[in-house]
Amino acid sequence: MSGFDETKLDDADETVRVRFVVNGRKVACEVAPRETLVDCLRNTLELTGTHAGCEMGACGACLVQLDGRAVHSCLMFAVQADGANISTIEGLTESGVIADLQAEFHRRNALQCGFCTPGMLVNAQELLSQVAQPSRGEIRDALSGNYCRCTGYEAIVDAIDAVAKARSEGGGTT
Amino acid sequence: MDIEETAVKARAFSYFRAATIDQALDAHARAGDDARFIAGGQSLVPALSLRLQAPRLLIDITHIDELRGVRREGGYLRIGALTRHCEMLSEPLIAEFAPLLRAAAPFVAHPAIRNRGTFGGSVALADPASEFPAMTLALDAEIEIAGATGTRRVKADDFFIDLFETALQPGELITAVYVPLFKADQRFAFDELARRRGDYAMVGCGMLATCTGKRIDDIRISFFSVGNTPTRVKGAEATLIGSGLDAERIAAAQAALEGDLAPPDSDEVPPAMRLHLARVLLGRLLGRLGEGA
Ligand SMILES: Cc1cc2nc3c(=O)[nH]c(=O)nc-3n(C[C@H](O)[C@H](O)[C@H](O)COP(=O)(O)OP(=O)(O)OC[C@H]3O[C@@H](n4cnc5c(N)ncnc54)[C@H](O)[C@@H]3O)c2cc1C
Ligand code: FES
Ligand code: FES
Repeated sequence: MSGFDETKLDDADETVRVRFVVNGRKVACEVAPRETLVDCLRNTLELTGTHAGCEMGACGACLVQLDGRAVHSCLMFAVQADGANISTIEGLTESGVIADLQAEFHRRNALQCGFCTPGMLVNAQELLSQVAQPSRGEIRDALSGNYCRCTGYEAIVDAIDAVAKARSEGGGTT
Repeated sequence: MDIEETAVKARAFSYFRAATIDQALDAHARAGDDARFIAGGQSLVPALSLRLQAPRLLIDITHIDELRGVRREGGYLRIGALTRHCEMLSEPLIAEFAPLLRAAAPFVAHPAIRNRGTFGGSVALADPASEFPAMTLALDAEIEIAGATGTRRVKADDFFIDLFETALQPGELITAVYVPLFKADQRFAFDELARRRGDYAMVGCGMLATCTGKRIDDIRISFFSVGNTPTRVKGAEATLIGSGLDAERIAAAQAALEGDLAPPDSDEVPPAMRLHLARVLLGRLLGRLGEGA
């Protein structure tokens, strides 16, 4: 049993080594305990597809997958993710798992400036992995924590709705 | 404005990942209680980022197995402190034996926050606008607390003391919440009024009644977002016990709220409006409870 080492208290800003798997690759990096996961991803790992908006859990721009589930990367410190498996929008894009969502967002103009889009896509993927055929109401409900300042949401709901239907018909991609 | 006022980054702290309850308690004590436990972090991380709190040490309790799991224990359902909000939605034992908590869970924040936020963290924080703390009152639940002197159980009725103040002493840890098992002669109802789905409620309410046919033998009604703590409305409860849920009784219970609640002054929702919304919500929920008879 490894207990608490009191000398830690005196070097609060000293970096610690964390290891995780990011987009399928093993990564080790040095972080200060107070560094949030979103800052680590963007600044240290240069994965700038994950956006930092409010940094308080309100806007949803920073969503990533942690061990397969959508979480706010602004609401956790990178040290907490030690040992975890993280997928960012870059990894989800590379693997092709959200290619249908991306195509449908594109086709229906479900993005304008694109700031909210990575978070919207992570959240949409989460919803569709939990509920096979969500109603429009359920889609809106699931997006309640994702702000979009441009589109007025309607096209985003349309796109997710279309992909939900296509996926449950067994087509996979549109 | 100086940097401190505008900062959205936490002040430097040390981080310790505890493997056992004892390690967590010990670390807290050795930091001179200038420490915080972090569970889901969904309330604590924003508080640290805004520098509302700036402890020397953050103790990560999410790897402590003893705090995990939902299981039956005697007449109770034992809900481990680390049970995440999303598990409150998906765990069959919650749906079967604590359906009021299952009914409240979809109203707690947004999906991604529910993936991290924990039941124990919500109860420990005791935000008066939160769903789960108020429901522990309606359920007559008991909160299990571990501290330097051992483990004790505190009734929800004695747990919530004032705004963000609970029976938890510095350095104490919630290990689990015990909820009496839901029984065949019981009924429940839950709802809240919010401006937007996922937002904190303007007023919310949950209730658990024990009935013989249409007669209410016992009822516990708990409101949230109505004051400094989650609040049981004992006056309204008393008007309902021993009778059926007819329109007259419901009106009497609604009237009793005036004596039970004293909503604080607030620009967003003036006290008179909050009281009105509480009456409306109580009427709706008692109506639903009656229909289920
Ligand atoms: C945008 C947003 C919207 C939200 N909306 C809602 C909502 O509608 N309803 C709602 O109820 N909540 C809401 N929340 C809060 C969310 O539910 C939190 O998850 C919850 O309040 C705290 O749980 P946690 O596990 O994240 O605790 P943490 O943030 O980790 O901790 C909160 C506090 O509790 C202490 N603590 C945690 N666990 C324990 C324990 N086992 N023993 C002793 N102390 C402990 C910590 O030290 C800290 O002081 C929202 C949060 C955000 C960011
Ligand atoms: S940056 Fe994380 S929710 Fe806004
Ligand atoms: S596309 Fe600009 S914020 Fe959504």
